[in-house]
Amino acid sequence: MEKPIIEIVDMIDTSQVYGELSHASSGGICVFVGSVREFTNNEEVVSLEFETYAKMAIKEMEKIAMEASNKWALHKIVVRHAVGVKNVQEPVVVVGASSAHRDDCFEACRFLIDTLKQKVPIWKKEVFKNKSVWVSAHP
Amino acid sequence: MEVLLFGIAKDIVGSAQMDLSELKHPPSSVGELKGFLCGSFPEFGKLTSLAVAVNSEYAQDAVALKTGDEIAIIPPVSGG
Repeated sequence: MEKPIIEIVDMIDTSQVYGELSHASSGGICVFVGSVREFTNNEEVVSLEFETYAKMAIKEMEKIAMEASNKWALHKIVVRHAVGVKNVQEPVVVVGASSAHRDDCFEACRFLIDTLKQKVPIWKKEVFKNKSVWVSAHP
Repeated sequence: MEVLLFGIAKDIVGSAQMDLSELKHPPSSVGELKGFLCGSFPEFGKLTSLAVAVNSEYAQDAVALKTGDEIAIIPPVSGG
């Protein structure tokens, strides 16, 4: 497998990812894009604010990519997360993988986003009209 | 002993970092650091989880803290 593309960025350009994952031996590319949703529990979200412990986040994202490449037969992997203020409909995360057949990249893509959400030190604050909340901080 | 704070941990303490070297008994392990935080700032005890990273790796409670370590408080993560 080629060296995974692992990045924390200020802004995500979703048109980049096809070129990054495209590979002559791959018959399938699977990509997940996470974006800002307008409502949380019927409350209107103004924006999301992301912050990270970048050094550790990159290390954890590399571990996740490595684990995925051990579990599935992949050619390329992208794990990219944005930080800063993001407005409704803006992309905040993009993960993806390419493989010879679709099963590998589908399963790997799900694993990449699910594990990122559990382990990577990135924090999201939901900003509503009258308050803001750090997501998942309290039970 | 500098400790980095992120997300809600930064809001609880009111600062992005904290210097513990002036404490009479600075915490000598991850577990002691967590105990110090929950004792000094009860809001830490109300979080879903509380993790500590030493030199940018998740560290269990038994891990010793040494001078020069980069220590960070990792409140519940919520990327994606």
